[in-house]
Amino acid sequence: MRTTKAKNGIKTSWQRKAFMIFNLSFLSLISLICILPLVHVLALSFSSSFAASSGKVSIWPVDATLESYKYVLQNTAFWHAFVVTLKRLLFAVPLTLFIVFITAYPLAKNSQKFKGRELYTYFLLIPMLFGGGLIPEYMTYMKYGLINNIWVLVLPGLIPIFSIILLMNFMRDLPAEMEEAASIDGAGPLTSLFRVILPLATPAIATIALFSIVAHWNSWFDGILYMNHPKNYPLQSFLQKTLTAFDTRTISSKDLGMMRLISDQTTRAAQIFVATLPVLLVYPFLQKHFTKGLVMGSVKG
Amino acid sequence: MKQKQGHIPHKKLNRYVLKTQLTYHGLMLPACIFLILFSYVPMFGIIMAFQDYTPALGITGSSFVGFENFVRLFTLDNIQQIMFNTLYISIMKIILGLLVPIIFALLLNEVRNRLFVRSVQTIVYLPYFLSWVILAGVFIEILNPTNGLVNNVLNIFGIDSIFFLGDKNWFPNVMIITDTWKSFGFGTIVYLAALTSIDPSLYEAAKVDGANYYQQMRHITLPGIINIVVLMTVLSIGSILDAGFDQIYNLYNPVVYSTGDILDTFVYRLGIKDMLFSISTAVSLIKSIVSFVLIVISYRLAYRLTEYKIF
Repeated sequence: MRTTKAKNGIKTSWQRKAFMIFNLSFLSLISLICILPLVHVLALSFSSSFAASSGKVSIWPVDATLESYKYVLQNTAFWHAFVVTLKRLLFAVPLTLFIVFITAYPLAKNSQKFKGRELYTYFLLIPMLFGGGLIPEYMTYMKYGLINNIWVLVLPGLIPIFSIILLMNFMRDLPAEMEEAASIDGAGPLTSLFRVILPLATPAIATIALFSIVAHWNSWFDGILYMNHPKNYPLQSFLQKTLTAFDTRTISSKDLGMMRLISDQTTRAAQIFVATLPVLLVYPFLQKHFTKGLVMGSVKG
Repeated sequence: MKQKQGHIPHKKLNRYVLKTQLTYHGLMLPACIFLILFSYVPMFGIIMAFQDYTPALGITGSSFVGFENFVRLFTLDNIQQIMFNTLYISIMKIILGLLVPIIFALLLNEVRNRLFVRSVQTIVYLPYFLSWVILAGVFIEILNPTNGLVNNVLNIFGIDSIFFLGDKNWFPNVMIITDTWKSFGFGTIVYLAALTSIDPSLYEAAKVDGANYYQQMRHITLPGIINIVVLMTVLSIGSILDAGFDQIYNLYNPVVYSTGDILDTFVYRLGIKDMLFSISTAVSLIKSIVSFVLIVISYRLAYRLTEYKIF
């Protein structure tokens, strides 16, 4: 504790105490503000729709019931979208990890060890800064026959440049001697990549896997854009349509809209919570790795 | 390597080097193919911005019109308002997105209780991982004018309910605040890491010299994190035309178009809903060029000021 060491007289330490009290309450308050909206929605999802519509629910369920969850879990469209998202994750995450891994490896070498590295760097960076835009992309993917195809949700995002940079920096920090020793023993670059580097890089790869899972889980716009049929929507696209499509109704035909809104309220809340649950479940692992990854990727530069 | 060259015959070494180089190129191949197919090929579609594009004729068949689309774009009567909205929302987000995490990290850094620090960090970081679709659902709920949580609280204090998402004066500010709410935890972690990497002996020395907390802050803490602050500021300039499509698209409605419409939502409505492919692509092109120039400048600046290098 700094206060015990600082001998600046009673006045300073009194002010210091006041500051710490203020500080702790302020930080707690802000944390509350960050979590409260989510707790409120959770409480709503477990409340009766009457309690919800009369505005009685704050952070604790009123007239606790599982009705809305029953409704959501019986909703085949919801499950259908859920399955599309799972399929998407199953295709995208391993493929992304593989490509990021094999791409980061040569880029982690310096330009002397890998001739042409500079060129590849530019080739990878340009799409990050410059793109064709919405319409040209749509038309290109349409020509590839990817519209309404699950692969359109997987393939365009397969080269996440930030992840490549992260893994590249990680590989650079690995002791070069290990790979040299392997090559003396007769290992080619591929052998040392998969048998020496891969085991060492698992923490970084886990970070990237989490990045990838969250990105694909949360992605909604490509689903709306590239899927003509709501049947093919991933979960977030499906929710986008059901959760946010009410505003115009409330305004145009107010009474009717409000009635629908109110009866939907707890169901919406349950849907929000079910869709958030997987992120909440991986969050503890996520946070640990992300913090490391972020610090690794940004502060050290 | 040099020491060990003696052990390996020269020819064998050459073959090894060649094989290694080829393997490296081979490993880069899949990424390059995917980038060509999914990023570089669509870039050719930019030609549409200079055409009177008709889907039936395609890019090869449509006639060229030069800069006509750009002229039409700049004479649209709401384009100035859209530019203003984009810049206002985005600049305010950048300012708050810098100030709030720095202040929050400074305050959190004063706390010595590890458990408290970690809990606060975990909580404020959480919203960052939730999609704007989910959060839009949450905000539509709690900002609801009839029985939303926020208005219920306002009513307790005798303030009339406000239709935050359906009032064109409130809408942009709600976007700025909710975005800061979502993302400041992320920034806090970066600054907190910078703060904890400051050498504690500097504080010890300052205390011996009789520096008070304010002086320690001014002469040790702030100089200790100024590099990362400059870096984050400079890097955020590149995204000045990105006011947040995900957020605004999920929260806006026709009533607030006048103050809430930004370039990205405008492009989407123009392109997908109104099928004005050429003008929409022209907007995308302008946005791409401006962003590209800004990012290149800001990276140069970041490198000059903080020696930061991305690759």
